[in-house]
Amino acid sequence: MDYLGKDIFSIHESLVNGDITAEELTRQTIENAKKNDEDINAFVVFDEENAIKQAQEIDKSGIDPDNVLSGIPVAMKDNMLTKGVLTSAGSKMLSNFKPIIDGTAVAKMKEAGTINIGKTNMDEFAMGGSTETSFHGKTKNPWNLDKVPGGSSGGAAAAVAAGDVLVSLGSDTGGSIRQPASFNGIVGMKPTYGRVSRWGLIAFASSLDQIGPLTRTVKDNAVVLNAIAGKDEHDMTSSNKEVPDFTANIDKGVKGMKIALPKEYLGEGVDKDVQDAILAAADKYRELGATVEEVSLPNSKYGVAAYYIIAPSEASSNLQRFDGIRYGYRSQDAKNLEELYVKSRSQGFGDEVKRRIMVGTYSLSAGFFDAYFKKAAEVRTLIIDDFKKVFQDYDVILTPTAPTPAYSLKDEKDPITMYMNDILTIPVNMAGLPGMSVPAGFSDGLPIGMQLIGKPFDESTLYQAAYAFEQNTDFHKQDPKMGGAQ
Amino acid sequence: MNFETTIGLEVHVELKTNSKIFSPSPVQYGVDPNLNTNVIDWGYPGVLPSTNKGVVKSGIMAALALHAEVEKHPHFDRKNYFYPDNPKAYQITQKDTPDAHDGWIEIEVDGKKKKIGIEEMHIEEDAGKNTHGNKFSYVDLNRQGTPLIEIVSKPDIASPDEAYAYLEALRERILFTGISDVKMEEGSMRVDVNVSIRPYGQKEFGTKVELKNLNSFNYVRKGLAYEEKRQQRVIMAGGEIQQETRRFDETTGKTVLMRVKEGADDYRYFPEPDLPALDITDAWINEINDSMPEMPASRRQRYVNDFGLKDYDAMVLTQTKEMADFFDAVIKLGADPKMASNYLQVNVNAYLNDEQKDLSETEITPENLATMIKLIEDGTISSKMAKKVFKGITEGKEPKKFVEDNGMVQLSDPAQLQPIIDEVLSNNPQSVEDFHNGKDRAIGFLVGQIMKQTRGKANPQVVNKLLMASINK
Repeated sequence: MDYLGKDIFSIHESLVNGDITAEELTRQTIENAKKNDEDINAFVVFDEENAIKQAQEIDKSGIDPDNVLSGIPVAMKDNMLTKGVLTSAGSKMLSNFKPIIDGTAVAKMKEAGTINIGKTNMDEFAMGGSTETSFHGKTKNPWNLDKVPGGSSGGAAAAVAAGDVLVSLGSDTGGSIRQPASFNGIVGMKPTYGRVSRWGLIAFASSLDQIGPLTRTVKDNAVVLNAIAGKDEHDMTSSNKEVPDFTANIDKGVKGMKIALPKEYLGEGVDKDVQDAILAAADKYRELGATVEEVSLPNSKYGVAAYYIIAPSEASSNLQRFDGIRYGYRSQDAKNLEELYVKSRSQGFGDEVKRRIMVGTYSLSAGFFDAYFKKAAEVRTLIIDDFKKVFQDYDVILTPTAPTPAYSLKDEKDPITMYMNDILTIPVNMAGLPGMSVPAGFSDGLPIGMQLIGKPFDESTLYQAAYAFEQNTDFHKQDPKMGGAQ
Repeated sequence: MNFETTIGLEVHVELKTNSKIFSPSPVQYGVDPNLNTNVIDWGYPGVLPSTNKGVVKSGIMAALALHAEVEKHPHFDRKNYFYPDNPKAYQITQKDTPDAHDGWIEIEVDGKKKKIGIEEMHIEEDAGKNTHGNKFSYVDLNRQGTPLIEIVSKPDIASPDEAYAYLEALRERILFTGISDVKMEEGSMRVDVNVSIRPYGQKEFGTKVELKNLNSFNYVRKGLAYEEKRQQRVIMAGGEIQQETRRFDETTGKTVLMRVKEGADDYRYFPEPDLPALDITDAWINEINDSMPEMPASRRQRYVNDFGLKDYDAMVLTQTKEMADFFDAVIKLGADPKMASNYLQVNVNAYLNDEQKDLSETEITPENLATMIKLIEDGTISSKMAKKVFKGITEGKEPKKFVEDNGMVQLSDPAQLQPIIDEVLSNNPQSVEDFHNGKDRAIGFLVGQIMKQTRGKANPQVVNKLLMASINK
């Protein structure tokens, strides 16, 4: 079974009608995903045994006709705790780690009746934008196998784009759901900070991390977010704001909607093709009855600099627990405790992770804290204020998701260039806002994504705007060719 | 040269909550290693702390007990360091916004009262415990995440005696809030001490020396006294005090150099992103304030002023909150304060000592003790009988019923006593004559006869009165 051209609703119908059983669907899904993985390496591990067992149970109790997620195969990013199933966060450090608990989002998906077929590849500890830093090898972009799938949720995005699964869950700290969604021509939502519990998500930067769905369609995405959102007593940063039915107003259109187009997000460094696609999207929205006006978010340009202090600082602390003692990789040639710490960490972490640990450790050090961490926190407040101001007059902000389409796997990349690729997504995390990427064009056969940014906890309006665009464009109907550049 | 001493005390108080500060694991001692732990205590990947509201409440209670100002929007911070008993490699504590600040407590040394300032107090989690065998080291995380309050004094303490008095006053006040057992011998109260001296009149403080291994208030006082003298000797000899940590040796009473401090540790503090800042409302503070137990100093004052007890008695009754609460309850039930004080200090304390029990572990209730005291007051039983009744109380017996069941009611009715007295008088004419001849001793014999006839139940006061009247007729 491949899912190209399909969505949750069509598969649900087949399951309800008995055209296919959940077990058959799961077996075929895994078979197809394994075949595709020979090209794209989207999965770190398949959990065939549990998936089939779960599917059999669902078949036994019958598909719930009122629950579209019942019996739908899905995939989880490798940094989300799955009981008894490898959870390595793309790192050698956790290359043998099988957790004893499910994370909240994973558990909620299970409760909703979805079947997890495996763990998707990612940049090590979610640090990267190309899925090239994974211990499990690089993932390739299904649209062009010579291109990166983006990251850090590159495996999650590639799996959905290739038709392996209809749904995968990813995590987004500075763009890690939206940018790969953009590079893979699919829909990716980073919900408002606090919308989805982080319990069971291996922390990268706690004040920025958020779990969200990657799907082939906007409506599928809304359905999945409904399944995982809500207050969790295990996560004090999760919000007790009411979770509305995100599909309730999804088809209400954009007539009268006020859309802001920040000029700073269409400036230097953004590819001409990308700029054109976003301006065309703006026109499409006008055509559909929305008002689109240029606005300014002057402090967004400091987002990357501030982010690359705050995120590594938090990461440097979060990753200290990986010391080779209680779980994960342990160096075998240490002679004493300190050596065990040093060698396990030196051998277990990759270069990018080490770089960020060093940057973060430095930023938090006595004497540097005020100049770096504290200053960055102040910049963060300025960015939040910018967004607040715009949202006084507008419902949604429209920007490109990434400055470019997927770039080449072979390119030499220096860290700063890589970091700048997050320039359009980072401010959204810094402000804790919901942001999603929706297919909005192509450049040389590679997808371009547009980013829609909303008010806190107003994912509904984002889905409404995204759905209107999707229903009136064809970008999401095209399928990747799974081949190299000719 | 004359010197003045400045002492700083950092006191860690372990809170008596059911569960840990950031995880649902129970706080409990004497169980197998790592039994009271879960994924949060292990620092498992992907887990998050959740703040125990009871700990926050305890923090506010401690703040109120120490006259400190409660922080309205405290957040937690991370203190980063590697150590095997610290599985996350950071401790969740409060640095920027301590739970409370600027408090004080009053101490008394040699009859002189003095206020000692409290700089700040913050809540934090305890670490686990490392133990070392001959081949391996072991980590027990049962203690990991146990809630602590750290209380930091202002540099107001000027002598070892003041330090001792401060610790006593602090312990007592915390004890009466009920948030901790504050027992140094069990580790629920731990004291870090620093001390410096400077010539009189000098503005700047001298170099601080830290003292470790001070496992009782007495050792704190002894260690400080030794250290004060040592520093004076060093300076008088032209030397300089270096910033160092010294260990108190219990057997010699001296302090011994452990390590010299080279630069401060860098803990890379930053705000804990997993826990949103708390919102402490005035309404909540007021609610806690209204339910705060009365502090021991105020109780002592009340016992002396309102009940006429001696200072010493008031002190004994306020040794523990349990005893003071018990005393107050007995008084409230209408018992005579002096008698209640007496019975608690003598009979009850002796019983607790013999049984090695706390008051709450016994069958003794304020109701039963008050009833017994009232039976003595109204002459129903004698104080001699009360000894038996008290034994009954310790076995959970109700005094009135116990007295009846055992036929212990004192004979005080003159109508019942008079015929017995008349009989004894007519049977002992010799004694009556002896009395009239001035031999007072004869009365003792006659009373003895009456008591014998009544099998000891006659009320001696009533007997005396009736006998004197009859014999003088």
